[in-house]
Amino acid sequence: MSDPVVELHGAEVTYAGRTVLTVDRLAVQEHEALVVVGPNGAGKSTLLRLMNFLEPPASGEILFCGERVRHPAPLNLRRRVTTVFQRPVLLHRTVFENVAYGLRLRGRDPAGVTWALLKRLDLEGLSGAQAAGLSGGESQRVALARALALDPEVLLLDEPTANLDPFNLGLVEAMIQELRAERRCTLVIVTHNVFQARRLADRVAMLHGGTLIEVAEAAPFFDRPRDPRAAAFVRGELVA
Amino acid sequence: MEKRWIPVLAIPGFLVALLAACQPAEPSVLRLATTTSTADSGLLDAILPAFEEGYNAEVDVVAVGTGQAIEIGQNGDADVILVHARSREDAFVADGYGLARHDVMYNDFILVGPPDDPAGIGATGSAADALAAIAQAQASFASRGDDSGTHTKELSIWQAAGIEPDPEQAWYLSLGQGMGETLQFASESGAYTLADRGTYLSQRDNLPGLAILFGGDSIAENPDRALYNPYGVIPVNPDLHDGIQSELAQQFVEWLTSLETQEAIGEYGVDRFGQPLFYPDSEPYHQAHP
Amino acid sequence: MVSQVEGSALWEIIALTIRVTGTALAASAVLGIPTGAFLAFTRFPGRRLLVALVYTGMGLPPVVVGLVVYLLLSRSGPLGELGWLFTPTAMTLAQTIIALPLVIGLTMTSLEAVDPQLRLQLRSMGADRRQEVTALLSEARAGVVAAVVAGFGGIISEVGAAMLVGGNIAGRTRVLSTAIVLETRMGEFQFALVLGALLLSLAFLVNILLLRLQHRIPYWPGR
Repeated sequence: MSDPVVELHGAEVTYAGRTVLTVDRLAVQEHEALVVVGPNGAGKSTLLRLMNFLEPPASGEILFCGERVRHPAPLNLRRRVTTVFQRPVLLHRTVFENVAYGLRLRGRDPAGVTWALLKRLDLEGLSGAQAAGLSGGESQRVALARALALDPEVLLLDEPTANLDPFNLGLVEAMIQELRAERRCTLVIVTHNVFQARRLADRVAMLHGGTLIEVAEAAPFFDRPRDPRAAAFVRGELVA
Repeated sequence: MEKRWIPVLAIPGFLVALLAACQPAEPSVLRLATTTSTADSGLLDAILPAFEEGYNAEVDVVAVGTGQAIEIGQNGDADVILVHARSREDAFVADGYGLARHDVMYNDFILVGPPDDPAGIGATGSAADALAAIAQAQASFASRGDDSGTHTKELSIWQAAGIEPDPEQAWYLSLGQGMGETLQFASESGAYTLADRGTYLSQRDNLPGLAILFGGDSIAENPDRALYNPYGVIPVNPDLHDGIQSELAQQFVEWLTSLETQEAIGEYGVDRFGQPLFYPDSEPYHQAHP
Repeated sequence: MVSQVEGSALWEIIALTIRVTGTALAASAVLGIPTGAFLAFTRFPGRRLLVALVYTGMGLPPVVVGLVVYLLLSRSGPLGELGWLFTPTAMTLAQTIIALPLVIGLTMTSLEAVDPQLRLQLRSMGADRRQEVTALLSEARAGVVAAVVAGFGGIISEVGAAMLVGGNIAGRTRVLSTAIVLETRMGEFQFALVLGALLLSLAFLVNILLLRLQHRIPYWPGR
């Protein structure tokens, strides 16, 4: 068993004196698809921000490929992890330029990779369109394309389909499944949708009130959840 | 490819440098602080070129209010000042800011106002009486109110009339502005005002609401000597500040008071207004014309 | 009275106006935009005070700036040795000081208005500090150009400071705004209006150019 790609030890995040997230131990394995679930305010987005080195923990440590990550994280490290957020914030440029942006940041010629991704996400026809005028679904596909253009080792997705119509939701999920099959990058997906969780997860971690209440492989989590709140979630109930 | 440009550019570059070296020495710059009325009369534009050519100099004329001109002189930001506020000029020299005051020229003040002369000042015999009549009639009077030479003169005439004008009173308006603006205001609103003849004459076409009511049609015809307005030129004391062109300033004073320049001063304005705007007043002039 | 400004003198005045205001605008942009970005993106003790100072500076009466610059550059003042008083350099200095708070303040607010999620997104995509700021400036470019336009508006027709530190010297420090005051003072209203029209045309041209800049700044985040 190789080193986990990302590991959190005793990480704590506090805002204004209030602890919003405590993770004693969480290890993300290479190439797995870890789905993080939990009610609103459980700390899921905070967890993703920690994993993308966007925020330092107040205490505890984060390890990437076994190495301790200090804050601020070095640039080369930050460039191996990227996030697709729930609300895609695109630049006021064309679709092509948005997808190409990350590659330009790294000083690489974007042409080939960009066109391939635009094709893959069915955005070829929109390549010259202004990003500001896109629909929600189209925008999120652009955000996904731009994240994939970076060929990240770890791809974090924070409620990627929460705002999407069924058609685009299907497209994005299909893309995620393709990534899972390719086993090229590690996926951490936040969702509040238990059905989506079933479809996408290799493993599941459930957060509640800032703490991890259950972490298990997909089958045990969905068939035999131990925590009653996890059981409620699996049943499809709203968990407060 | 780039190497070929070097000789191509070098030759004309060398020629330009050679040409520049052959030019006469850079003219030195004399900074003259004076009043707006002096500059606006156009006199300096008419006579300064003779100085600039003769002494290979450039005269930078900074035209501001009297107080500011004196202040600039005190700060050493000008090399020589030319103003018309006798008491302040004397203080300037007495306090050590200037080397000495020299007479240059004089013109006069007149009282202008609405042509129908509601306060009847045309009938009075002196400026003080005229102002008294205005106060009596409570006729609108526009004062420059800016501590300028004109304003100083105005206040001295009120004093001679034994009146203390009060801006609180509706008929006495203290504008805090220059001569041109004050004249325009008086013309627009039918007020009396004290003005130097030169500025009035040069702007007369734009002042349909005013006429000369006291002071005569020329300096020679002015019945009241109290309205005479003498100008003084003072070189700034070079010991107080670095960078003052004291030698050039001295040359300027000599030139300004010389007979030739004085006669040019006395001729200025004759062709345009039918009368000179200034009368020469320097010592060399009076020696030549006793 | 014939106007003081005629023929080649008029071209000199126009050229000097462009030179003085153009230089001041460039200087205030070069100094002000990065400062505005710095204030928008960093937090440090005393930041609030600095921002308050910038806002106060935006409302500073230009003639007060002129007075202070005069006192600094006067031979009896601390910087008299520079010999800048009554030269175009002093005018450029005064105009830069007048325009600077406008450029800083408006750049800062337009950057602060950019979606905060975007900053997170940029960093998540691996932008370093400089790339992040460049991308944000590009996103806020409409506001940043407006900041420069505001700075320009504050100085092109400013006359109090220009008179005080420049002296309105014929052939040396006379610009359109001070020439207009001169002509007005001498009662030459017609000509003053002509100069005013020239000044407005100049301002209009520059603003058109700046507007085109709003849409044409190249979008290159890298190197």
